[in-house]
Amino acid sequence: MQFALLIYHSPEEFAMRTNEYNHPHLGAWRAYYKALVEAGVYVGANALEVPETGTTVRLEEGKRRVQDGPYADTKEQLAGFIILELPSVDAALEWAARCPGASLGAVEVRPLAPEAMRRGFTG
Amino acid sequence: MNEINQEGTRRTVERVARESYGRLVAYLSVHTHDLASAEDALSNALVSALTHWPKDGVPQNPEAWLLTAARRSLIDVIRHERVVLASEPTIQLLKESSTEAALSTEFPDERLKLLFVCAHPAIDPVMHTPLMLQTVLGLDAARIGQAFLIAPKTMGQRLFRAKTKIRSGGIPFEIPQERDLSERLEAVQEAIYAAFGIGWDDMAGGDQRGRNLAEEGIWLARVLLQLMPSEAEVQGLLALMLYCEARRAARRGSDGRYIPLSEQDPKLWSLGLIEEAELHLAEAFQHGRVGRFQLEAAIQSVHAERARIGRTDWSAIMLFYEQLRRLSPALGTRTGYAAAAAEANGPEAGLAILESIDSDAVSRYQPYWAVRAHLLQKLGKTAEASDAYSLAIGLSEDPAVREFLLQKRGEFS
Repeated sequence: MQFALLIYHSPEEFAMRTNEYNHPHLGAWRAYYKALVEAGVYVGANALEVPETGTTVRLEEGKRRVQDGPYADTKEQLAGFIILELPSVDAALEWAARCPGASLGAVEVRPLAPEAMRRGFTG
Repeated sequence: MNEINQEGTRRTVERVARESYGRLVAYLSVHTHDLASAEDALSNALVSALTHWPKDGVPQNPEAWLLTAARRSLIDVIRHERVVLASEPTIQLLKESSTEAALSTEFPDERLKLLFVCAHPAIDPVMHTPLMLQTVLGLDAARIGQAFLIAPKTMGQRLFRAKTKIRSGGIPFEIPQERDLSERLEAVQEAIYAAFGIGWDDMAGGDQRGRNLAEEGIWLARVLLQLMPSEAEVQGLLALMLYCEARRAARRGSDGRYIPLSEQDPKLWSLGLIEEAELHLAEAFQHGRVGRFQLEAAIQSVHAERARIGRTDWSAIMLFYEQLRRLSPALGTRTGYAAAAAEANGPEAGLAILESIDSDAVSRYQPYWAVRAHLLQKLGKTAEASDAYSLAIGLSEDPAVREFLLQKRGEFS
């Protein structure tokens, strides 16, 4: 089964990204990725730019609506995601607890939709 | 009713609930095998106590009052649900014993049967501890879920399923027969120990995946010892928990920093708990039936000695680990043995023991990598040490442990 760990950061955590080579939590993140790879559970991951760089688009009654900023107006914002191959949600929660993001903000664990359904969407 | 009295009553209800919960649930379910109904009935009785006691005063025997109220509620619940098992004879039995129990303070303590039911081999082992925490201590699913890293709703469903199995799966409410007793008791002890969580503070930077249920674990161990006073291993288990608990205040610096055992200030250890642990361990050893928990407690007692003699006798620890390894070759034991061997005979000796562990088994086991990194660093194998540190850091859950290991890795890279 594949699970997404959705990583949410506080504004303070985002603010630390100004110089990624000096990022104070870089060591913890790298070690975490190494552990995921060594355990053979890593499928993929990526980090997102800070939420202010987002632009949200909708079409309502045929009209375009464009909005500055991220979709949800919450304090903690989506900062990145990791996809893992794991036997159960229990294992996914364990890896979420080890994720540096869990003590810096929050990590949501969400199963990916079943493969048949994903194929249905992507063709 | 003024607020102070209400507050006082609430506290009395809480205290009685805490002390009597398991006894009442065990007694109410021993014939019906229906834990969920017994718990519902008891919680109705507790609500009723909160409304009656402030008006009428706290009854002379609060436990008997709760039992009577819970029994009435249980009869209603059973009638209402028309539970198949709860036949008329059961209701009659409940009714008959209800008056007599209300009059006497003594009703049989059935908690031991309940503990054996919770840790029955037909129940999924991962549910043993949650069931005990709920039925014996009255913890709710949300709290148990927090401790076991399981969503509250999921934990609630799993507890419900386990109780349904107990009710309809023919799991007997009885003390196991002599020939099964040691194996069944081991499962009960394992479940209690699992509530305690594992504090690997005796390994350099071992992650403490504590469940914050140390108090509950100790409480359960005390209950078990009270019910089986001549079981050496039960006493060993309690001693082990008390030794570890004694070091709680020393495990963190004032700034929240992680402090490994070797750097802990023994002045911060609780001498009261250590003394109690020593008494239990000494008594346990008198039975002459050494087991895993007594050996683990003995290892902790050598660590505790540092408060008195100012040093750690690692060769003694190694000897206890050697015996322990023969009894339970668990990953934790072998890693601990390697750490002790390194202290007693040098890092090469420790590393050789680590090398003998199957590498598949350790890919997700944080303490192994923490110890390995520490030993490689001592041997000056910096590149390998750095790799091992990375895995230990990546597998750590406790941010303080992660920070400690990052610093240790930073010392040479």
